[in-house]
Amino acid sequence: MEDEGQNDVSVASSSTVDCDLEEHRELNYLGLSDCSSAESYRLTSLSGDRKNDLNLKATELRLGLPGFQSPKREPNLHFVSSGKPDEKLLFPLLPLSQKSVVTGNKRGFSEVNDPIPKEGNWMFRASENEGPDSSNPGIKIKQSVGTAGAQSNLGNGIPSKQSKEHSLATSQNNASNNAPAAKAQVVGWPPVRSFRKNSLVSTSRNNEEVDGKLGAGALFIKVSMDGAPYLRKVDLHNYSTYQELSSALGKMFSCFIVGQCGSSGNLFKEMQTADSSKDLLHGSEYVLTYEDKDGDWMLVGDVPWNMFMNTCKKLKIMKGSDAIGLAPTAAEKSTRGY
Amino acid sequence: MNYFPDEVIEQVFDYVTSHQDRNSISLVCKSWYRIERLSRQRVFIGNCYSISPDKVIERFPAIRSLSLKGKPHFADFNLVPYDWGGHVYPWIVAMAKSKVNLEEIRLKRMVVSDESLELISSSFANFTSLVLVSCEGFTTNGLKAVAANCSLLRELDLQENEVEDHRSQWLNHFPESSTSLVTLNFSCLKGEINLAALERLVARSPNLKTLRVNRAVTLDSLQKILSWAPQLMDLGVGSFIHDPDSETFYKLKNTIVQCKSITSLSGFLEVAPYCLPAIYPVCSNLTSLNLSYALGIPASELIKLIRHCKRLQRLWILDCIGDKGLEVVASNCKDLQELRVFPSDPFGAGNTVVTEEGLVAISFGCKKLNSLLYFCHQMTNAALITVANNCPNFVRFRLCILDPTKADPLTQQPLDEGFGAIVQSCKGLKRLSLSGLLTDMVFLYIGMYAEQLEMLSVAFAGKSDKGMIYVLNGCKKLRKLEVRDSPFGDAALLADPGKYETMRSLWMSSCEVTLGACKALARKMPMLNVEIIDDSELTVDEALCGGAPVAVTADGDDKQKVEKMYLYRTLAGPRNDAPEFVCTL
Repeated sequence: MEDEGQNDVSVASSSTVDCDLEEHRELNYLGLSDCSSAESYRLTSLSGDRKNDLNLKATELRLGLPGFQSPKREPNLHFVSSGKPDEKLLFPLLPLSQKSVVTGNKRGFSEVNDPIPKEGNWMFRASENEGPDSSNPGIKIKQSVGTAGAQSNLGNGIPSKQSKEHSLATSQNNASNNAPAAKAQVVGWPPVRSFRKNSLVSTSRNNEEVDGKLGAGALFIKVSMDGAPYLRKVDLHNYSTYQELSSALGKMFSCFIVGQCGSSGNLFKEMQTADSSKDLLHGSEYVLTYEDKDGDWMLVGDVPWNMFMNTCKKLKIMKGSDAIGLAPTAAEKSTRGY
Repeated sequence: MNYFPDEVIEQVFDYVTSHQDRNSISLVCKSWYRIERLSRQRVFIGNCYSISPDKVIERFPAIRSLSLKGKPHFADFNLVPYDWGGHVYPWIVAMAKSKVNLEEIRLKRMVVSDESLELISSSFANFTSLVLVSCEGFTTNGLKAVAANCSLLRELDLQENEVEDHRSQWLNHFPESSTSLVTLNFSCLKGEINLAALERLVARSPNLKTLRVNRAVTLDSLQKILSWAPQLMDLGVGSFIHDPDSETFYKLKNTIVQCKSITSLSGFLEVAPYCLPAIYPVCSNLTSLNLSYALGIPASELIKLIRHCKRLQRLWILDCIGDKGLEVVASNCKDLQELRVFPSDPFGAGNTVVTEEGLVAISFGCKKLNSLLYFCHQMTNAALITVANNCPNFVRFRLCILDPTKADPLTQQPLDEGFGAIVQSCKGLKRLSLSGLLTDMVFLYIGMYAEQLEMLSVAFAGKSDKGMIYVLNGCKKLRKLEVRDSPFGDAALLADPGKYETMRSLWMSSCEVTLGACKALARKMPMLNVEIIDDSELTVDEALCGGAPVAVTADGDDKQKVEKMYLYRTLAGPRNDAPEFVCTL
């Protein structure tokens, strides 16, 4: 809307937009001019001396992105960023490929904060989300441990994430001139219905009752051991293979065992993978078992790691002799097909 | 005007169904007013205090369907004290006494007592439909009465209500002769359900199209229920957790495959990710999917699921899906019209994982998008402008940046330009919610461009009275304005008193409005109820337990600021059920 004459803030007579209001004032059927446009005149004359401040023409919106200016525009527009070179924010008005917009943002941002090639950022985020163990892509850097692709970029990824958060924090500090203690919990903010809030709270509480928390954050599972005076908790999200779990547990419980570790330092006889055959209990001292959601005790290693993470309620390190009865059950379950 | 007999005109009016249209035709002339009012069956009252029930019955004696809304919208976020009002009981009493042939009652944000439900169930012989949204005050005993007595019941739809569980086994009270159910939604109930009774009920309800169960319904039971109702179109599952190797799960997958009519899926109040593949077979037909209560599903699983849902028109989801997940939505769901992204962790700093990037991706992929509710960690002007460019069809645009005064992180600027682009581009925008750092400029844009805007929600925004004045002057179709924690004061409130008679209501809390200005406004505009709500003497706990509040009067110092003010146009005068902490000036 390029209308020079359109200075009124009310949009009462939008049909007169194209006309110069001085000449073509619309008359209603009584022959009087529309009251509201008279009002709007009053309003603009009140703010007439403010017209220059408002600079309405300059603040006229175009649907271009900030930094893209037609030659006529006046220099001090609201959306010109402070001090940064325009080219960072200068995007062509033609339909953009999705990636260029998104990475454009990223580039501008990260170049300001940290000279990291955009590929690094991109891959870091990609690996976060596609890694098998990721439940909260934004946060847990540890989760990418198992994903080969992320390895090389982890070093790049972490500092950029930190710097992003750092600059977000500073921007919050700069920007909150009007904010009442924005970090403290404000009543009724964010505007989520109490019903929904309460539902989510009780869902996460229920999940915790199952001796583990699904989803965002850690997945803590209790680990007990025959003969040990107390039990430990492990966060299953820290591991992505049975091997890792087993060695971690071995280290954790080694203090309870005297001279039982195998040659490789592993406490347990080789862990069963989904492919290997069932028979492993050749009189090894300890085996690792778990209680699943149905309450059955099974040998660890039967199922794919992901499924194990989701079904495991408790872990127990049993003496090998106690665990012999488990083997057929585990085999039975695994032949059901999935 | 009347070249036709009344009966003919009445027939023509039968085709006019929208409330606004019927309101319009009633204004044409006296005889049309008469014909219209005698034939109107569906009555919608947007504010239960705007008119008395007797007046409604007097004007519309043929009323069959009554829709009422009670508390102001901000009541959803605990800004309205517990006992403020919104009781439906007087309405039910009046309707029962007058013996109107009421068939349908739809309530939103009202206090519904068990007595009300019992009265409904015993007063209206042809009662078929009860829809309660965000209501409270009743227990499963009230539901028992409805189930037992409403023999023609077709629709019992309970959405997000706070219902006390009294272990009433209410489901058992549907008589064996009850076979007419089309919609049964009890997903918000927290208690146990007699699963066998539910199965039998579903088995004898061949017309059942919508079934949304609560958390107590296990996968086991769900499987049996579904085998009785392959005609279901709308399914809300309860607990969706099971051992994926079990027989039950296997049976469930087969049963779901038989349900070829399911187009809407919701619930998942408890769900484990590995169970999701069970619903893959129905995904290709889904037009509506609500996973917004499904905590604990990692983004990767959500993405896998979304890839199957090519026909989605409505998607409600948690922000755990992430920006990358939203990109998948954008590339898969080309028909998407409504998107809601809720925060999985509203108070966790930095745990949210959607930003402006997700929204931008959606805008590139989903060109039909017209309704948005988006909770995110940050937003930029550039992103909003891109979205405005890509999606000019927004009717509802609600953005919630979790830090309410956060600036554009790229430019440190307020988000005025971004929202300005939205209102300029989306010429049909009817509802807008703002957040982020905002000056008076955004309101200037809204006043200039948002010609169809009917509802505006403002929080922590603006610099001066001018902001609110721009909106009141500019938005000719504005019906509801709600403002919190913004520096709008007396000058804004009193700038155009007549405006409020063209609106349904105005809410202002934690603003700069004084008692004196409220009083002046109330004096000038007798058709408005100007309520001052002062629950500041109460602690939150007291308020919730209905503790004894200090009475609010109009005697205070005129200069003192009013913490909460709610004004609305009314034909009914000051209400007689206002609690002590509410004073109508």
